[in-house]
Amino acid sequence: MGTKGKVAIVGAGMTRFMRRAQETPKELAFEAVRAALDSAQMTLGDIDCVIHGTAPDAFDGIHMKGEYLLDGSGGWQKPYMRGYVGGGTGVFAPIQGWYHIASGMFETALVVCEEKMSSCQPHPQGAFLTIFDNMTERPLKPNLLWIFALEMNRYMHTYGIKLEDIARVSVKNKNNALHHPAAQLGKEITLNEVLNSEVLAWPVHREMVSPTSDGACAVILASQKRAKKITPKPVWITGVGWNLDTSYWTNRDLAYPQYVENAARMAYKMAGIREPKKEIHIAEPYDPFAYKELHHLEGLLLADKGQAPQLTADGVTARTGNLPVCPSGGLLGVGNPIAAAGLMKVCELFWQLRGEAGARQVPGKPHTGVAQAWGDLMQVGTVITVKN
Amino acid sequence: MHLKGTAISKQDLDSGKVLFTRGDPHAHYTWDTGIGIGRYLEGLRKGKIFGTHCKKCNRTVIPPRAFCELCFSSNIEWRHLKDTGVINTFSICYVSWDAQRVQTPYLPAVIEIDGASKGHGILHLLDEVDPKLIRIGMKVKAVWKRPEERTGAITDIQYFKPY
Ligand SMILES: [Zn+2]
Repeated sequence: MGTKGKVAIVGAGMTRFMRRAQETPKELAFEAVRAALDSAQMTLGDIDCVIHGTAPDAFDGIHMKGEYLLDGSGGWQKPYMRGYVGGGTGVFAPIQGWYHIASGMFETALVVCEEKMSSCQPHPQGAFLTIFDNMTERPLKPNLLWIFALEMNRYMHTYGIKLEDIARVSVKNKNNALHHPAAQLGKEITLNEVLNSEVLAWPVHREMVSPTSDGACAVILASQKRAKKITPKPVWITGVGWNLDTSYWTNRDLAYPQYVENAARMAYKMAGIREPKKEIHIAEPYDPFAYKELHHLEGLLLADKGQAPQLTADGVTARTGNLPVCPSGGLLGVGNPIAAAGLMKVCELFWQLRGEAGARQVPGKPHTGVAQAWGDLMQVGTVITVKN
Repeated sequence: MHLKGTAISKQDLDSGKVLFTRGDPHAHYTWDTGIGIGRYLEGLRKGKIFGTHCKKCNRTVIPPRAFCELCFSSNIEWRHLKDTGVINTFSICYVSWDAQRVQTPYLPAVIEIDGASKGHGILHLLDEVDPKLIRIGMKVKAVWKRPEERTGAITDIQYFKPY
């Protein structure tokens, strides 16, 4: 793959993640952008183009949400676009920012992702109902939990994985989130508390599910030339990848996210990463449900098929382990304002690789990281690799 | 790091401390069922499950489709499949879409239909089975509505049950 220029992350900012925010979507986006600009000591005048990411319009009940959010995103009278791949949007948006700059067209790009799920009544899950096939599935009145429960059950069955193997992910991430200032659901929780929580849709328990959230995140990207003037500690984007599997999800292998592997291989090839298990120091895979972290670690080739639970049980994925996974606290702990949650993972890598993650700093001066998001109808993988 | 954002509670809203406005968008649709799904639903009305077969890919799929998305060809054959299958995966769902507990759990499953290629299933519901006894790999059979009640819809199959 030919790419013109190197691209760095030079600033990052976010709001708190909350069950319900008083701020409007525009105001949330503004606060995240303002924080990102301030972190890089830049003004909006220094920004050449803006990429916005947000999930379904149905959450807000506002059609053309990209246009609505323009002002809070700092897109006024600039080249501006909205990209969308469902839950995968949060990592797709910085990928789009990357090629705006790598193409040579722009020197700087602002990437902002925002989600306000709480407006949708009586429950934001209602906005998800229309993702199912309108002719062959919706008449069966499915809800979103079904597809996660079905996929999790198939994953457990295929590899003989036990519930406690999956519950450990919730314990790790919710405890990690205790140290994240944005976190909505950070808590000290034990394995038994997760296992004894209410069964929502077997085998999914309440404490294995991320919450619905309001929040926004932003990062600023710059070309090599500009990055060095902006900060002495740029974090370089070394690889990007994205891939979609068939929309006929009942025809897919639900035990393994092949499309995540495809996206990861695309990013690793670009980054020159041949042995991801050895070369990646921190991973922030998408964890809207506890089993998804494991599923995605396997798709990212950081664990062999069916072996991610063992890594978790062995403490390898703990913040102090050999491969810290979701040191941020992930979606399970920090929260899940869909598109913003994916970009939060990229922000986390930025802070971790700069040694600015405070109480949740991974020891040992990590140099490389991978972030990944997932979504649409369980069919998209978006992957970004970074190094300092 | 100080982060912005003002969390509000239900009490803040109920007490009028925080203002909000309401909206209730209305949108209604009629969806043409198209070539592939149209014929599938027509088959269901007659009590038959159809799939499509791509010779080039040697793959029989369900739901059927007007073109093979792998080789990107419309050179497909219609196949009458059985109304039996195997549970690929299932759930026992105790909540409705708005997170309310339900009395009787929903029993969604992906059912690989006999006659389709391995791993090719559809989403449907299970019934006439003790939820505790449902297993992946269990053989199930369609329970149809009576012919005069069928409308050409996926719900012409009421559910699948073990046999
Ligand atoms: Zn074909």
